Amino acid sequence: MGLSLDASVALIAIAPFLAAILAPLIQSLAGRFAAWILFIVPAGIFIVLLGLAERVVAGQTISTAIGWVPSFGLTLGFFVDGLSLVFALTISGIGALIVLYAGAYLRGHRHLGRFLAFLLAFMGAMLGLVLADNSLAIFMFWELTSITSYLLIGFDAGRQAARRAAIQALVITNIGGLCLLVAIIVMQQLSGTWLLSELRGLEGVVRDSAFYGLVLTLVLAAAFTKSAQFPFHFWLPNAMEAPTPVSAFLHSATMVQGGVYLLARLTPVLGETSVWTGTLVAFGSVTLIWGAIGALRQTDLKQILAQTTIASLGLLVVLIGLGSKAAIAAMIVYFIAHAFYKAGLFMVVGGVDHEAGTRDITALGGLADKMPVSFIGAALGALSMFGLPLTVGYFAKEEMYLAAFGGDWLAWLVLAVLILGNALLAGIALLIMIRPFLGDALPTPRKPHEAPIAMLSGPLILGGVAVVGGLLPEWLGHDVLAPATLAVLGVEAEPHLSLSFDITNPVLWLSVITWGLGILVFRQAHRIRVLLRRAELAIGWTADRAFDAVMFGLIRFAGAVTRFLHHGRLEIYLFTVFAMLGLALFVPLSLLGGFDWIVPTADLGDWSKRLVLPDLRIYEWGILLFVLVGLLAVLIAQSRLIAILSLGIQGTGLALIFLLFGAPDLAFTQLMVEVLSVVILTVVMTNLRLDARDHRPFEDWARDGTLAVICGAGVSHLLMLVLTGTFDSRLSDFFAKTSVPVAHGANIVNVILVDYRGLDTLGEISVVMGAGIAILALLRRRNKPAIAARGEP
Amino acid sequence: MNTVIFRTAAPLIVATMLVFSLYICLRGHNEPGGGFIGGLIAAAAIAVFGMASGVPAVRRALKVDPLAIAGFGVVLAGASGLLSLFTGSPFMTSIWLYLDLGETTLPLSTPLIFDLGVYCAVFGTISSIALALESDREEDL
Repeated sequence: MGLSLDASVALIAIAPFLAAILAPLIQSLAGRFAAWILFIVPAGIFIVLLGLAERVVAGQTISTAIGWVPSFGLTLGFFVDGLSLVFALTISGIGALIVLYAGAYLRGHRHLGRFLAFLLAFMGAMLGLVLADNSLAIFMFWELTSITSYLLIGFDAGRQAARRAAIQALVITNIGGLCLLVAIIVMQQLSGTWLLSELRGLEGVVRDSAFYGLVLTLVLAAAFTKSAQFPFHFWLPNAMEAPTPVSAFLHSATMVQGGVYLLARLTPVLGETSVWTGTLVAFGSVTLIWGAIGALRQTDLKQILAQTTIASLGLLVVLIGLGSKAAIAAMIVYFIAHAFYKAGLFMVVGGVDHEAGTRDITALGGLADKMPVSFIGAALGALSMFGLPLTVGYFAKEEMYLAAFGGDWLAWLVLAVLILGNALLAGIALLIMIRPFLGDALPTPRKPHEAPIAMLSGPLILGGVAVVGGLLPEWLGHDVLAPATLAVLGVEAEPHLSLSFDITNPVLWLSVITWGLGILVFRQAHRIRVLLRRAELAIGWTADRAFDAVMFGLIRFAGAVTRFLHHGRLEIYLFTVFAMLGLALFVPLSLLGGFDWIVPTADLGDWSKRLVLPDLRIYEWGILLFVLVGLLAVLIAQSRLIAILSLGIQGTGLALIFLLFGAPDLAFTQLMVEVLSVVILTVVMTNLRLDARDHRPFEDWARDGTLAVICGAGVSHLLMLVLTGTFDSRLSDFFAKTSVPVAHGANIVNVILVDYRGLDTLGEISVVMGAGIAILALLRRRNKPAIAARGEP
Repeated sequence: MNTVIFRTAAPLIVATMLVFSLYICLRGHNEPGGGFIGGLIAAAAIAVFGMASGVPAVRRALKVDPLAIAGFGVVLAGASGLLSLFTGSPFMTSIWLYLDLGETTLPLSTPLIFDLGVYCAVFGTISSIALALESDREEDL
């Protein structure tokens, strides 16, 4: 490979997006083989990342940066350390299997190419998120995952439920995204760097500042919404509306793990305080138990898995909150174990749904005969979830018990919560493995048969790796956990995983207790479910419904505000605008003492003698008279047309004044505008077919008249005040001096318009055209009676 | 308004106004005038023409939709600014070209192109509004 190793990191983040752009084309060219072709991209990324592993294990971090906005000193940096490597490997590895799976799952679907494009873009965003060094880039990728997951969840856009779930996920995660942006900016202001790699070196900068509470709250809001922590958990089960490949990807390695990654990444910056530990452990614990109980309530296999994802995320957050070496090691192992078994189980469930036509756990049974390979896949995943020895899940459980073992009563409480949560999850694992596949065969909507190889490879490979990983504890400890804990905490966790059983080790007995409780939960699953359903009916209120209530409330509020402001009565709009103008003129003037000069001072003496008529020539008086006559005619005119024409007279008089006082350009423009105004107003008024006479009640007349006088007085006053000030002639001198030699034009006004301030003019003519288009649109609407009739309520 | 006198005189007035508008536009750099005023005069001419001969006749005579002229104007103005990029100067730096025509020199410049863009934008926008208002029927819009 011609590229340097470091450049390949940047390529990793970009390749999925390129593949996503090409996906629809490949789909239309290669048809059913498209998924196999696109599979190369994530698989290649996986291999490249694997190639970096050696250096990361040796304790190095690999980083690369390309210029982004050099003028702001922004670089688009990527770096690979133990933590991001674990996440990136999981994302690309599972992503590759998901692409294959999706190709088979949606075979023949009209929009398969589009689906694969979304999927790859989503994967790219996720990879970018875990590899990015620049915190603004992290925010960008964070939002990209929200947007792409929105597209994926709402892929089946014909269904209302899918659209709602997609919007819900977008709204919830975007609230978090905005919080993240603010947190990032505050952190940058505190530390002076956008780079996380530098920020992590500046320990205490954020933690000891007065803004620590703010940053922590915002970061937690971001992580909790993304990672579906209680009370923001409800969007995740709803996201099940997506096709199964999306669920398998979204719930295992991506999206929801974004929040977990963020928390782990920011541990050196924000962590190791009692607030951090307390909040994370408290929210994580509630989420763990809530999710596990929620899973027991469900009968839909996908819903069960979705709820267990919530529980697992809670567990991960608890472990990050604990923050000890053992806890972080446990977090990493559990993340890997969970990603593997959850993706595998989702794929199996999707296969069952695909081939048997239902995924209701009470309607399935005895499928092991018909779908033996699926059963093996499910069993591998479920056993890892159950935490049996020889699987990665076992180590995850051991590590987390070790992390919480010993200490004060709070630690014991956390340990109890962990055992309870794990026991519930273990029971559910048994449920998923045994209910659909063993026991008596039940009739299903479709005649079940084995799923195609592309759909089976995922669960089998993932389950297999989970077992292989479970057989190689030394490798796991040294090559995965040590670099990852180094990345999170700055110290390596010494490898201590082993396969040997020490009967005197209390942690082993905790595992045994967990299994025992798990089996109990499995046996009583039906009873628990009935009980929970009853409790749910008794409460009758969920966070999901609260979301709906908030959303509808928001829409109603917006409607009310719009109706209040946008009532459709022109005269009130105009009144409001001019009343505001009056306020804007008079309030600042009176506050800044602009009226002081009006009040006659004592030394002025008899001020009436000081009044003198301005020294004007006779024709200038004539023009003033002309303007006044025009104005008077406007006021007393009985017919609209006469009023419009009189207004034109007044404007023409104004143009003459401009002409006389040395502004020919202005006069010219004023004259043209007057002519066109009169023409257009006349045409409009004729078209409106109103009464020729404009009769108005006295109150209206008095109100508008008062307002007009106030605004007129305000403007005149302001202008006179401006004229009393000294004129700063620097600008006009500059223009007068340079217009001919520099801009080759003698007409300063025009030179300013087309040369000095050409960009402004460009903007103005764009606005002129935009306004023209808007006016035309309004006119067309008026001329379509059908629309006009039903448009307005 | 559709008197015989007006209908007969209108084409003459319109033609004069249009030529005058161009004159005003072109001389703008040194004398009162410019693209904006020129555009307004031309638009007023179109409005007069519309009153006298009816909107369909004006549209036929114009050949292109006035709004397209406006769009062309905005693009032209923007493009004239882009020319300076070829000389390595910032956007909208003016470039002057003096053509020697024997007895006189003809100054050409990017601000001139820009001003023509302004002319077209103003002319197109105001004319299309005026024509839309003058036409009674939907198909004339």
